[in-house]
Amino acid sequence: MITPHDKSNKQGSLYGIMAEFDDPESLLEAARRARDEGYRAMDAYTPMPVEGLAEAIGFSSNWVQRLVLVAGLCGASGGFLLCWWMTVIAYPHVVAGRPLNSWPAYIPITFETMVLISCITAVVGMLTLNGLPQPYHPVFNVPRFEHASRDKFFLCIEASDSKFDPAATRQFLLDQNPQEVSDVAS
Amino acid sequence: MKTEEPEPASVATLDPGPEKIIGPGHNFGSVTDEIAGVVFRPFTKTPRQLFIGFAFAFLLVNLFLVAVTWLFIRGVSVWGIMIPVAWGFAIVNFVWWIGIGHAGTLISAILLLLKQDWRTSINRFAESMTLFAVACAGMFPILHLGRPWLAYWLLPYPNTMWMWPQPRSPLVWDVFAVSTYATVSLLFWFTGLIPDFATMRDKAGNSTARRIFGTLAMGWRGSAKHWTRYQKAYLLLAGLSTPLVISVHSVVSFDFAVAIVPGWHTTIFPPYFVAGAIYSGFAMVLTLAIPVRRWYHLEDLITMRHIECMSKVMLGTGLIVAYGYGMEAFMSWYSGNEYERYAFLNRMWLGGYWWTYWLLILCNILIPQALWSRKVRMHIPTVFVISLVVNVGMWLERFVIVVTSLSRDFVPSSWGMYYPTVWDWSTYFGTIGLFLSLMFLFIRGLPAISIFEMREVVHHTESTHDHAA
Repeated sequence: MITPHDKSNKQGSLYGIMAEFDDPESLLEAARRARDEGYRAMDAYTPMPVEGLAEAIGFSSNWVQRLVLVAGLCGASGGFLLCWWMTVIAYPHVVAGRPLNSWPAYIPITFETMVLISCITAVVGMLTLNGLPQPYHPVFNVPRFEHASRDKFFLCIEASDSKFDPAATRQFLLDQNPQEVSDVAS
Repeated sequence: MKTEEPEPASVATLDPGPEKIIGPGHNFGSVTDEIAGVVFRPFTKTPRQLFIGFAFAFLLVNLFLVAVTWLFIRGVSVWGIMIPVAWGFAIVNFVWWIGIGHAGTLISAILLLLKQDWRTSINRFAESMTLFAVACAGMFPILHLGRPWLAYWLLPYPNTMWMWPQPRSPLVWDVFAVSTYATVSLLFWFTGLIPDFATMRDKAGNSTARRIFGTLAMGWRGSAKHWTRYQKAYLLLAGLSTPLVISVHSVVSFDFAVAIVPGWHTTIFPPYFVAGAIYSGFAMVLTLAIPVRRWYHLEDLITMRHIECMSKVMLGTGLIVAYGYGMEAFMSWYSGNEYERYAFLNRMWLGGYWWTYWLLILCNILIPQALWSRKVRMHIPTVFVISLVVNVGMWLERFVIVVTSLSRDFVPSSWGMYYPTVWDWSTYFGTIGLFLSLMFLFIRGLPAISIFEMREVVHHTESTHDHAA
C-alpha cells in the first residue's frame, strides 16, 4: 500500500508469512495451534476485537491500567495541591471567616483533574504502547490486507521467531485451512 | 471509488421490528459497506434533505456571527440582562446545551458498562452530539463575561498581577468541569473512531481521502495486541466518563444551589439536574436520529428497538424530573421559609413569568406521559414530536430557574423583569445553527455509526443463532 509490492520478490526481506481466514473462530483455532506448535513471534489482525485472541497468541499486558492508576493519583494530588497552594500560599483570602485551607471545597477540582489526566494518559498511553502513529508497517504489503479492516481475519507468523522456517511455516499455515497464505515483505 | 453505495439487493434495509438491534442478513462486509457507503457517496448523491438542512443551519450560523460581532462592538448591554437578572439567556442556554451533551456520554459510557447492546448503533452519533453541544455550551459563559478576550483569566496560570482563581467558588469548579468534559468527550469520540478511520482508509477510492483517513488512523492495523490495549483504554475511558458526566452537571447545579437566591438554594438540584440533562439529551438524540435514519435508509441499523429504548429512558428520566419539581414545591411549603414559599408562588402565578412554568409542566411532565403506551412509542412521528416538546420543555425549565428566581429575590425594591432582546434570540438560534451544521457535516464526512462495534454485533448475533440452531 505504502511501498510497491514488488519488494516481496527480493531475497532476505521476509517479515513473516500470513494466512487469511474467513471467520474469527478459524483464526482463533489456528492461533492456538501455532502456539502449541511452538511459535511465539506472531500477531493476528482482525476487523474488530476478538475475545480470547490475545491469549491465544500468548500476549497479555496491563500497562494501560497501571499508567492510568499512576496518572489518576498524580492528577488528583496535583489538583488538590493546586487549590491548596492558590488559597493558602499564593493568594490567601478569607471568605466568610472560613479557614484558608478549606479542603472540602477543593474536592470537585481534585476530581476533575484526576479524570482529565487519567483519560489523557489512557489514550496517549494506549497509542504509545501500540507504537502508533506508525506510518509504515510490513503487513500492509500484503495486497489482501485491506480486508483486515473489513471482513477477513489474518494470522502472521513473523520471521524473527526462532522456529521460523519459510517452507515449514508456510506448510503449517496451509494445514490450518486458510483462504490464502502469502509472504509478507519487510 | 470501489463501493459507493451498498447494493440494494444484497441486504434489505427493512426495520426488523422492536425485538432486534440489527436487520437480517448482515455480515461483516455488509455493515461496513452500508455505513461507509454513506460517507463515500458521490457528492451529488447526498440526500436533498441534507443540503436543505445544512443551508438552513448555515444561515443561522451567520446570524450567530452577526449577533456575536454586535455583542463584541457594544458589550453585553445588547442583551436583555440587567440587575437583578444578570444571568439571562446566556446561562439558560449554557445549561441547556451542556445537558443535551450528557446523553451522548451516557449512551457511550454508562450503557457500555451495563452491556446494553442497543447502544452500539447510536453511540457514535450521540458522542458527536455531545462534542458539538459542549462547543455551543462553552461559548455562552465566555460571551457572557463581558470581555470575552480575557477568558483565559479563568484558568490558574502565573501572571504579572499575581492573582489566582478562587477554588472555593462553584463558578471556578465549572471551568474545570466543563473543560475536562469537553476534552474527555473529544478523546472518547476520537478513540472510538480510530479503527473506523482505518476501515475508511482501506476503502477509500481516491488518494486524497486515503491520505486524510490514513493520517487520522495513524497506521492502525487491527493487531490483536493493539486491540487488547485499545479495549482496556476504552473501558477505562467509559469508567471515568461515567462519574464525570454526573459530576459535570452536579457542578453546574452548584452554580445555583450554593447561592442563597430563593428557588436556587436546594439540595435536590444535583440529582434533578443530572436527570434533566439525560432527559433532554435523549430527546435530542431522537430528534436527530429519526430523520437521519430515514434519509440514509439506516432502518436496519437504527431499529425500532433503539427508538423504543430511547423513549423509555426519556420517560424514566422525565419522571425523575417530575419528582424534582414536586420536591421543590414540597420544600417551599415544608421549609417554612417565607422567601422560598414566595419564590414558588411567584413561579406559579404571582410573577410575570407564570405561563413559562405551566408550559414547562405541560412539555416536561404531561405530554411525555403518552410514552407509557407502546402504540405511541412505536409511532415514529409521535415520538419525534414528543422529543421536540421535551427539548422545548427542558429549555423552559432552565429559563424558569434562572430568570424567575433572579427577577424577585428578597427585597421588593430590587425586583425587575427581564425581557430578551433580538440579540438574545439571535445568539441562541445561532448556536442551534452551529450545532446542526456540525452534525450535518459529521454525518456526511465521518462514519456516523461505529463500524467495528457493529461487526461485533453481527458476530454476536451470528453465534447466538448458531447456538439456537
